[in-house]
Amino acid sequence: MENEPVAFTVLDLIDLDLKEQNALDLKCVAGRSGLGRRLTVPDFNRPGLALAGFFDAFAWEKLQIFGRGESAYLAKLDRENDYASVNKLFSYSVPCCIFTNSLLPSKAFLDAAEAASCPILVTPLSSSEFSSRVLRILYEIFAPKTTMHGVLVEVFGIGILLIGDSGVGKSETALELIERGHRLVADDVVEIRCVNGSTLMGQGVNKMIGHHMEIRGLGIINITHLFGVGAIRDKKQVQLVCQLEDWNPEKVYDRIGMDELTYEILGVKVPKLEIPVKPGRNIPIIVETAAMNERLKKMGYHSAKEFNQNVMRWLESENERTLYFSRDDY
Amino acid sequence: MVEVETTIKNRAGIHARPSALIAQTAIKYASRIYLEKNGNKINAKSIMGIITLAASFGSVIKISAEGPDEQEAVNAIKALFDSGFNEELG
Repeated sequence: MENEPVAFTVLDLIDLDLKEQNALDLKCVAGRSGLGRRLTVPDFNRPGLALAGFFDAFAWEKLQIFGRGESAYLAKLDRENDYASVNKLFSYSVPCCIFTNSLLPSKAFLDAAEAASCPILVTPLSSSEFSSRVLRILYEIFAPKTTMHGVLVEVFGIGILLIGDSGVGKSETALELIERGHRLVADDVVEIRCVNGSTLMGQGVNKMIGHHMEIRGLGIINITHLFGVGAIRDKKQVQLVCQLEDWNPEKVYDRIGMDELTYEILGVKVPKLEIPVKPGRNIPIIVETAAMNERLKKMGYHSAKEFNQNVMRWLESENERTLYFSRDDY
Repeated sequence: MVEVETTIKNRAGIHARPSALIAQTAIKYASRIYLEKNGNKINAKSIMGIITLAASFGSVIKISAEGPDEQEAVNAIKALFDSGFNEELG
């Protein structure tokens, strides 16, 4: 289920729907027939050495970024009518060449790219800006991912993944949370990516069917249309897992909150609560309170631990007092 | 009605963890179970109630139970106190 090889082509890179500070602004100027070439590693290479004729350890499988330096060198090669290194570069199956600062290569270079079916892309961004953006985006795309059955909601700013067997009331709980002003991220199937090795980002698998919910007795409902755009969110970090389960009289549920359970997703441990469901227990309110308690914990205040410390202190003083009053010389 | 007296044997007294143990044990029995200290009588199935007793090391607690399984209930709770809740004994 997880880590199937990412099939990410150059065309996918151009097609990414990114906003403002994430936009790559790529335009293809040559080699369209090669847009189906795949990116296999989330990294780029500056091909300066290759252009100078040094092809040892040439990282051809990465994006090739041509900045001002590379462009100037290409112009020099063009003046000298020396295309040996350019042709050698295109003999590798380079996924694509990207020119930054809106620089355009010479006609000869474009023709060579066209002949080799290597896409040539141009962006108005500077090399440093483009490389930091593209790395961030590629890391996210190539991050390990998995899909989970559950509902991801944002409650008081905390991303909560509701999991549990079918029919235990995950969607109904989420619906009531939305009704109470919280946000839906994804229902039923949640795609989770592990970014930076420690952050779990959850989102719906498909933008088209995202933000719809199936409620037994109602069918499929559109949350955006029913509750407005304020009731939805595209993605959110998974910060807490609430496992809903039918009340099991045999099982011992946490009654203090001192022992912290965790749930492992893609190697990252997330705090977990086991919430027993039975008639008369208002699960949405329990989840809402859990979210606020989680925020308190993040702020450094642990209700259960603080409570126990106070009790211990109190017991200790009580003990001292009895010892004092029961002394023989009192 | 079964009654038995015991003393607190663990150094830390009845804080949150022991009281959760007591309540979790008590809840398995159908009988009404009470703990009593200095005339304060509380329900042994309530965590907050047990903590309120302020049962520190060495205090004397009376365990009582009434119901179909009163003897078993008292024995089980007494055993918990005697074991010192698997904590450091005083």
